[in-house]
Amino acid sequence: MSGVILASAVTLSQFFLVAAMACLLYRLVRGPRAQDRVLCFDALYIDGMLLLLTVGIRTGSTLYFEAALAIALLGFVSSVALAKFLMRGEVIE
Amino acid sequence: MNADLPVWAALLVAFFLILGSGLTLIGAIGAVRLKSFYQRVHAPTLGTTWGTGGILIASIIFFSVTEERLVLHEVLIAAFVTVTTPVTLMLLARAALYRDRSEGVADTPGFDGPSEDDALD
Repeated sequence: MSGVILASAVTLSQFFLVAAMACLLYRLVRGPRAQDRVLCFDALYIDGMLLLLTVGIRTGSTLYFEAALAIALLGFVSSVALAKFLMRGEVIE
Repeated sequence: MNADLPVWAALLVAFFLILGSGLTLIGAIGAVRLKSFYQRVHAPTLGTTWGTGGILIASIIFFSVTEERLVLHEVLIAAFVTVTTPVTLMLLARAALYRDRSEGVADTPGFDGPSEDDALD
């Protein structure tokens, strides 16, 4: 019983997250300007991290937690670097 | 898939999972549908606040029940995302404002105003 509830909930949740990533990918491709693309890139890696967490719940393994933490750390650095690039034209002055 | 989970825990995990991913989806739809960048910058934060929060709470409940001890390492991700998202988005909005102003895009607030010093540095 609880296995069925959990399996369907995780599947639905993964479907929602993939649909969200598809919406963001549409905005990433369509633009219209560079700041929209950076915004969607930032949201895309957060969604990818959440998808990894749901995979962790599905398999019952805590291994995916470390990967999610690494994605959260690296995504922040890359988004800040891209925002800085949009502002100044270079990342390291 | 763990079948030894109690039904109340499975229901709780399912509720928080669907709450979190549903709010993330609503935020992503907002990023597609809203008109200007300054409106769109708000929408995906739905995914970084309650979206992340819901899925992390579900993960905490699931691993705490299955391992029969309190598993709280997901709080690390929650704290990190909560701290970094406003920093990223404020930098990005500042960069967008600077680009729009220097290119003279219509409907952008001018350089005169209380934020003059912030916008230029």
